[in-house]
Amino acid sequence: MALLEVTDLVKHFPVTRGIIMRHQIGTVKAVDGVSFSVDRGETLALVGESGCGKSTTARAVLRLIEPTSGSVRFEGEELTEASTERLRELRREMQIVFQDPYASLNPRMPVRTILTEPFKIHGLDPGDRVAELLSLVGLAPEHQGRYPHEFSGGQRQRVGIARAIALDPKLVVCDEPVSALDVSIQAQVLNLLEDIQDRLGLAYLFIAHDLSVVRHIADRVAVMYLGAIVEEAATDDLFEAPSHPYTQALISAVPVPDPRKERQRTPILLAGDVPSPLDPPSGCRFRTRCPKFALDLSPDERQRCIDEPPALIDRGTGHPAACHYAETVAVL
Amino acid sequence: MTPAGPEPLVSVEDLRVEFHTDAGVVKAVDGVSWSISPGETLGIVGESGSGKSVSAMALMGLIQQPPGKVTGKILFRGRDLLVASEDELRSLRGRDVSMIFQDPLTALNPVYKVGHQVAEVIQAHEKIGRIPARKRAVDLLVEVGIPNARIRADEYPHQFSGGMRQRAMIAMALALDPALLLADEPTTALDVTVQAQIMSLLSKLQEERGTAIVLITHDLGVVAGHADRVLVMYAGKVAEAAGADALFHAPRHPYTLGLLTSLARLDRRRTERLRPIPGQPPSLIRVPPGCPFHPRCPFATDICSKEMPPLTGGAAHIAACHHQDRVAEARAAAIEV
Amino acid sequence: MTDTPPLIDEAAPPKDAVPAAAFGIRGQTQFGDIRRRFFRNKLAVIGLTMVGLVFLLAVFAPLVAPDDPQAQNLSLTARPPSAAHWFGTDELGRDQLSRVIYGSRIAIVVGLASIVLALVLGVILGSIAGYRGGKADSVIMRTADAFFAFPLLIGAILIILVTGRGVVPVILSIGIFTWAVPARLLRSSILSVREAEYVEAARSLGASKWRIVTRHVLPNSLAPVLVYGMVSVGTAIVAETALSFLGVGVKPNVADWGNMISAGRAFFGFKDYLWEIPSLAVVFTVLGFVFVGDGLRDALDPRLR
Repeated sequence: MALLEVTDLVKHFPVTRGIIMRHQIGTVKAVDGVSFSVDRGETLALVGESGCGKSTTARAVLRLIEPTSGSVRFEGEELTEASTERLRELRREMQIVFQDPYASLNPRMPVRTILTEPFKIHGLDPGDRVAELLSLVGLAPEHQGRYPHEFSGGQRQRVGIARAIALDPKLVVCDEPVSALDVSIQAQVLNLLEDIQDRLGLAYLFIAHDLSVVRHIADRVAVMYLGAIVEEAATDDLFEAPSHPYTQALISAVPVPDPRKERQRTPILLAGDVPSPLDPPSGCRFRTRCPKFALDLSPDERQRCIDEPPALIDRGTGHPAACHYAETVAVL
Repeated sequence: MTPAGPEPLVSVEDLRVEFHTDAGVVKAVDGVSWSISPGETLGIVGESGSGKSVSAMALMGLIQQPPGKVTGKILFRGRDLLVASEDELRSLRGRDVSMIFQDPLTALNPVYKVGHQVAEVIQAHEKIGRIPARKRAVDLLVEVGIPNARIRADEYPHQFSGGMRQRAMIAMALALDPALLLADEPTTALDVTVQAQIMSLLSKLQEERGTAIVLITHDLGVVAGHADRVLVMYAGKVAEAAGADALFHAPRHPYTLGLLTSLARLDRRRTERLRPIPGQPPSLIRVPPGCPFHPRCPFATDICSKEMPPLTGGAAHIAACHHQDRVAEARAAAIEV
Repeated sequence: MTDTPPLIDEAAPPKDAVPAAAFGIRGQTQFGDIRRRFFRNKLAVIGLTMVGLVFLLAVFAPLVAPDDPQAQNLSLTARPPSAAHWFGTDELGRDQLSRVIYGSRIAIVVGLASIVLALVLGVILGSIAGYRGGKADSVIMRTADAFFAFPLLIGAILIILVTGRGVVPVILSIGIFTWAVPARLLRSSILSVREAEYVEAARSLGASKWRIVTRHVLPNSLAPVLVYGMVSVGTAIVAETALSFLGVGVKPNVADWGNMISAGRAFFGFKDYLWEIPSLAVVFTVLGFVFVGDGLRDALDPRLR
């Protein structure tokens, strides 16, 4: 049984107008039917660009945002139906590391208080855990009396990680944990995350937009676009043999720190900008920017893209892709 | 470092920018020299606190003095910008040198229509009427790839997406065909597919107009793909400067080497662990003595904490390190960069 | 190259690479820093001394005042300042100095109590509005708007006409017509703090709403309210003085600055010291609170200056 099993998760945000009398004028379909699973000890990465719904998905899985519909099963137990009490108990098992090290720690609390809070909330005795946790994340236990502003960004992120693992969870959602850090610090924190994963047997749901980081840390990758998963595969498979046109464009757009290689690459350029999740295109959401749609398909084939949303299934390429005409193209 | 080739367009000599704050003196830029030739792209790479953005702002005369203090020389076509009058600088900005920023809303005024703002830039420097200026503005918007440009010129910045705003800002910056464009983290806030579009646009425009571009960024990938030469800054000083190929494939400074080997790679299968640079970038108020990188440097010896290493190496590739030989050894022994 | 060792800080606590207000770096400061900045501000220290003086006078009034403030001496009415009576005597022969000193009690008590009342009401209602949102928010804010629109003095007068004069009615009426401002301040503070990631972090740990509000949201939202409170004590004192001056404040004949100024009206033009002195007392006290309030605001967030 998978540790985390998400099925048809949906999150819609109503868009309202008016101050006194509010009425709904539309819906932002931030997450529109997402399914995936995470096993014990593995790392699944959710990648995509802004507005794809990856952060919303992560928060809905933890019920930090209430899902509109769909199922989230943690160790077989249905989270969406859990009572407030049960949910609080379950929070010990599922934690989150936030993106912004400057905003995710209460500026008026010393680190010691930040780290004992998880224990207090659940009625446990912290004992010497604070010193232990600080050592585990590579910080000096003597500094537990300091306030967040006395630490650098990378160190604050370590405190955030310490907080997330304080109660020994089984699953940690990492929401862009290194995006806000300097390049020379990112590697330190990534190594730390991997160390901790090995030591504690954690599963990670890793949200990121930086594909290089994802290639390094993830076991499996799910690519999201406008609220849906368009391709899912084991990491090396995805990068070496992507079959969805969006994945191909995404990977080809990421520059590599190697001038010789860069000279030989031409990025697949997508047309226009990401459409609004208020009004996604019919059928396949990606068709308005899809180079295949624009250049390779016949009018009949195009009609299919307009009418029929493609299902996320294996189309002979070895892993699921949501494209009627998926084919493998190497872009690295 | 002077490149072989035509007379440099801009030559920065021993630029220093200091700020007096209530926490002490911040040496944001501490003796930096570089130059750029017409039509070439110079990438300036560094992390936060390296001084890369501040040096660009000094070039444009955007540093408030006080609390800042700018010394040194910035020669644009032989003229020292640091002694130029405000009027001279104003006539230079937009026409000979322009700048684009990470956040397009820095350049775009939210209460004016986009087309109007582009036209305004043109009219600030050329005596032409409203209608012809407007026509040129629309042409520019077309050139930077904004669809339905005539209609969109009458829209406001908030009606544009992030990528479109960036394009509009580029249109404003290139309206008068400046010889030099300073691009300060132009794509950092953009999604990667939009980043590819914008960088491709910049390359195209550069080819058509022969604009020199100073590309300031922390993203080594972007630099690898678009810069002819690269300058690496650390703690307000130049650590290394070289042609792009030389820098990436044969770095001479431990910081550059450290950065390159610590990066997670998109094009490689997963290695066991990343090899990070230990420690963190220094606070600019308390820069370590001698070489600022020495606390984090695996090759550091006694001399590194006492003496700031001079920039050595010749015209094409310089680095400020006492132990460049050890760096070369490590490179040879390590996994291919 | 060494792997990631436990990263011990270097000797000096590393600040962020680019600190200092000139670089616009946020960083909440802690009490030590706040105190330091406050005491570096000359005006703030002066204000603190002024307020401190008035406070001491109020507390030790019986010991400091030379005479009983109510003791009348009809043979010595309206005498100008002299050796025996440093501030002179009023129309009933009472020692002005003693009355001014005792008047400080009313000023301090009314000033502080009415603002405390306003803050308590404002914080409670502002928290509900800011944190609950929705209908509660709309109802509370529209009510606050109504109180905003209503002039303080007129409202206070209306209340006192119903309840009668006295210290407590004055406190109540000033408090009731002032709560709207801190409520609004706190609400906007809360609205921004509410979305902060550390609040979300607390929720993800399973913290109860109560815990989130008391340990995370409020401590980070109260600063502007406290500053407002300090500065408003001055306004409250002026309001109390005005009410008493108009004859709708504390009871008549009580040693109160407003009463004294009112009584001095009859002697305007020839025995001005009768109203000048209590007026100066008001100005002095209010200025003190204003300086302290400004200093507090600057100390809490130097970027605001």
